[in-house]
Amino acid sequence: MSGANRIPGAGRLTPAKTARFVFDGKSFAALEGDTVASALLANGVHLVGRSFKYHRPRGIVSAGAEEPNALIGVERDAARKQPNVRATVQEVFDGMKVISQNRWPSLSFDVGAVNNLLSPFFAAGFYYKTFMWPKQAWKHVYEPRIRAAAGLGVSPTEDDTDHYSSRYAHCDVLVIGAGVAGLSAALAAAKTGARVIICDEQAEVGGALHYDKSVTINGIEGFTWAQATAAELAGMENVTVLPRTTAFGYYAQNFVGLTERVTEHLAKPDRKLPRERLWQVRAKRVIIATGAIERHMVFANNDRPGIMLASAARTFLNHFGVAVGKKVGVYTANDSAYEAAFDLKRAGITVAAIVDSREKPGEAVLAEARKLGIEVLAGHAVVDTAGKLRVSSMSVARNGGGRGRSIAIDALLVSAGWTPSVHMFSQSRGKVAYDHESQRFLPGTYAQDCLSVGACNGTNDLQATIEESLAAGELMSNASGFTAAQKVEVHGTNAFAWTGGMAGAAEGAGPDTTVKAFIDFQNDVCAKDIRLAVREGMHSIEHIKRFTTNGMATDQGKLSNIHGLAIAAETLGREIPKVGLTTFRAPYTPVTFGALINHSRGELFDPTRKTPMHALEEAQGAVFEDVGQWKRAWYYPRAGEDMHQAVNRECKTVRDVAGIFDASTLGKIEVVGPDAAQFLNLIYTNSWDTLKPGRCRYGIMLREDGFVYDDGVVGRMAEDRFHVTTTTGGAARVMNHMEDYLQTEFPHLNVWLTSATEQWAVIAVQGPKAREIIAPLVEGIDLSNEAFPHMSVREGKICGVPTRLFRMSFTGETGFEVNVPADFGPAVWAAIWERAEPMGACSYGTETMHILRAEKGYIIVGQDTDGTVTPDDASLGWAVGKKKTDFVGIRGLRRPDLVADGRKQLVGLLTKDPKVVLEEGAQIVADPNQALPMTMIGHVTSSYWSENCGRSIALALVAAGKARLGETLYVPMPDRTIAVEVSDMVFFDKEGGRING
Amino acid sequence: MLLIYCPYCEEERSELEFRQAGDAHIARPTNMTEMTDEEFEAFFFLRDNVKGLTYERWRHLNGCGRFFNAARDTVSDKFVTTYKAGLPKPDISTLRPATEATVETYEATESNAK
Repeated sequence: MSGANRIPGAGRLTPAKTARFVFDGKSFAALEGDTVASALLANGVHLVGRSFKYHRPRGIVSAGAEEPNALIGVERDAARKQPNVRATVQEVFDGMKVISQNRWPSLSFDVGAVNNLLSPFFAAGFYYKTFMWPKQAWKHVYEPRIRAAAGLGVSPTEDDTDHYSSRYAHCDVLVIGAGVAGLSAALAAAKTGARVIICDEQAEVGGALHYDKSVTINGIEGFTWAQATAAELAGMENVTVLPRTTAFGYYAQNFVGLTERVTEHLAKPDRKLPRERLWQVRAKRVIIATGAIERHMVFANNDRPGIMLASAARTFLNHFGVAVGKKVGVYTANDSAYEAAFDLKRAGITVAAIVDSREKPGEAVLAEARKLGIEVLAGHAVVDTAGKLRVSSMSVARNGGGRGRSIAIDALLVSAGWTPSVHMFSQSRGKVAYDHESQRFLPGTYAQDCLSVGACNGTNDLQATIEESLAAGELMSNASGFTAAQKVEVHGTNAFAWTGGMAGAAEGAGPDTTVKAFIDFQNDVCAKDIRLAVREGMHSIEHIKRFTTNGMATDQGKLSNIHGLAIAAETLGREIPKVGLTTFRAPYTPVTFGALINHSRGELFDPTRKTPMHALEEAQGAVFEDVGQWKRAWYYPRAGEDMHQAVNRECKTVRDVAGIFDASTLGKIEVVGPDAAQFLNLIYTNSWDTLKPGRCRYGIMLREDGFVYDDGVVGRMAEDRFHVTTTTGGAARVMNHMEDYLQTEFPHLNVWLTSATEQWAVIAVQGPKAREIIAPLVEGIDLSNEAFPHMSVREGKICGVPTRLFRMSFTGETGFEVNVPADFGPAVWAAIWERAEPMGACSYGTETMHILRAEKGYIIVGQDTDGTVTPDDASLGWAVGKKKTDFVGIRGLRRPDLVADGRKQLVGLLTKDPKVVLEEGAQIVADPNQALPMTMIGHVTSSYWSENCGRSIALALVAAGKARLGETLYVPMPDRTIAVEVSDMVFFDKEGGRING
Repeated sequence: MLLIYCPYCEEERSELEFRQAGDAHIARPTNMTEMTDEEFEAFFFLRDNVKGLTYERWRHLNGCGRFFNAARDTVSDKFVTTYKAGLPKPDISTLRPATEATVETYEATESNAK
């Protein structure tokens, strides 16, 4: 048995195919093809959740994606949980675990429901008014409590073990929605030979045909025709049919995002399958066939479980074979709800009465109701309901006439009419237009190459919808050069043409009433809240929306927007189109982070760059740090060493013996061409004409505003060839900067730029024994100080492979940087290491490199500079060519502020207590006893313990710093104030002799 | 995601391949050192924040690597045309997009409400 409310012979599911699932700890039977909503209703469960603000008991309102209430948590296992799933969309699979949300301790007894009694304190906009004072309390007291009390599901805490896939697709025609309109359009387009993609959010195509059993198309039942048509389309090579696929966003140039739920409905999905697939479709033309969504009636206590849309009740009966009650009432302003009553009556369900707010219901449905013996109360209203956890009665009164009589019911079907789903059209930036006759917003001005057809275009009649859709399918294919060989014939009939509809508050919930007549169930917004917003001065619909939160829940007001707008218009005394519609935004329905993030997580989140010597460094015990996307050896701890000890040892060893360092991540750009030197003259502040082949120079690059952009050593390999190095982090932007100037400002220069960062492995060998280490390995280069002085470059061989050998130093020691083609890096590293280790040298990492360079006062662009530092501020004024007439930044350097006195300048800082190491980023003041807030005159940019100096050292940017040498300044910290003395920037080997060793 | 026509590759490619690079048709003066502060300010700092047709530089970064210019409508985001660097500004009157009324803005909503 799959539920007591299952009607034998009704619906399209197979009774033999059963599945079991658990809802809040209780096991229920279902049929394959059930949604969680239909399965719960089959078992008589209407109460499925608590409302957001008042914690009122809530039931299933709809049978589709528009569901505002029935949000559930779905669990497959500990890791695979999903909150806020719509029970009306989630299909049941055997063994699934469903939990209700926003209640404690249980769904039927919820402590939070006290909010309902306190509701006078929670009027619209209460957040903005009630919790304003004291200021700090919002952050620490109010907000955390409100967030705990109001809220939806709970996020999973474990990593998602599923995977998600992503696909780009191109087509001639994308059809959104596979109801009568979408299928007709797709069929007409497909028959021309155009590439067609048709998607639908539901498990099966058919749209309204799920519930409207009266439809016959081409001689067969509409729903059957729909399945046959989908099968025919799926069999065509030029067509892709995507059920369970929601078009959630319509972006520029017909770029449409779809999410396909691949395994969400399967009991034991193949783990190779993705849970969801994200489709990014670029369509030449788009046909929007998204149908219409039924609105509920707005009256007092219209939110009790058991009160639902008439079309939903019809879907549950005609598709799932489930009766939503035993004695149902109908409250409508529209003919369509009558058909729900007819279908239920024919299935043997008691229909207590049809209450119609109109004096004159449609004649055809009225006649049929009489024939079936259903009482119709025209010109009447449901003015209230009763029932604690499910509706038990409705109070019916003549329009304008008091309290009325109570009629016992266990379900109430409501319909205020249909809202065309213009979401996709509006997202495409089309402008909607208000149709006064039918009182609805319809597609008006198109902004992209798309067409709306069927109910979303305001077309009501079945055959008219079919004709319109067939024509659109053909027309949209023509745009890609496809024409129809023969006309596609589709003919349909249905039982009744529908009239009627209303928007806004119904009888008894109008102006001057204070009843809870809900318009937005999910955000607990009532008709009176809209009126309050208007009274408080919100006159724009966008303000009203934000003040009341109407339409701001996860359902984005699919039921509520038009009601809210109508009530606002009435209160403002304006026509609906004059008040305006809020903008529709993507996503149409919530999209999971999994689908969007897709493969971009874990190791695939961002590329990892490793140097050629990475594995060897790992083998030597290196600890790595992230520098941009690079993994760089940070330090090499030996047994028993912590970081501090390892770094101290490395620092000492390099200066006492030697060290080898992986500098491969440095950016490298090959600048080649007859005008290469002239180009570098313009890009760098230095002059390059005088640099002889075989020599190197430290260069500074500015932005046009005069601030330091990057630095690095440039070697001149030949008259027309330079080997440029950049900072590790600056490699890509420096290349872009150079390309920009070369292509757009200096296109007359004959120069080629080639990024060579990954082509060269770079091994720095630094220290007194550096020469001795590499000498036996090098061929064809005289390494003597005379032949190969500091700041030189030679080409030759090392270990038998070609090398560009630089004599340079970022440590202040005698140093060489061995550049070899990247693939030879590991072998050369190993060979150098084999020589270095027995001599007592070590490998050192970036931390030691940082300390050694700071001991010598060498800056790191981006650490000691911050984009507001000039060469002069950094004591690098010597590198600016005084005779040059142009270079990037030459004019910026002369700006008044850049030559003014008192600029922040880089200086050294020595703590009075040599053991104290300053914090990088710490602020500096002149007088520690001044009143708060203190005047800060600079900050620490680099700070280390220097084992070689036997004390702490620091660099800092200090206002007029160079004039403060010897002055005492202060670094206030939370627990103490540290006194420091301003010094020059060189802390070790001030004479600089070691570099020429 | 936009499709952008690269005038060097001569085809439409995904926006992901491109990088915006600021306003177009601002030539770097050849007499930099002789500029007054006001002239430098105008050249380097002052930019219009155009509502409507704007001219800007783009680079086909993950493609041919070339910088080119584009005329784009800042309201609709639509590229009206793209053209090679160094070519003169195309004639505005022939370029204004035919359709595209203003999309939803606060002012539009407000004026509708009034």
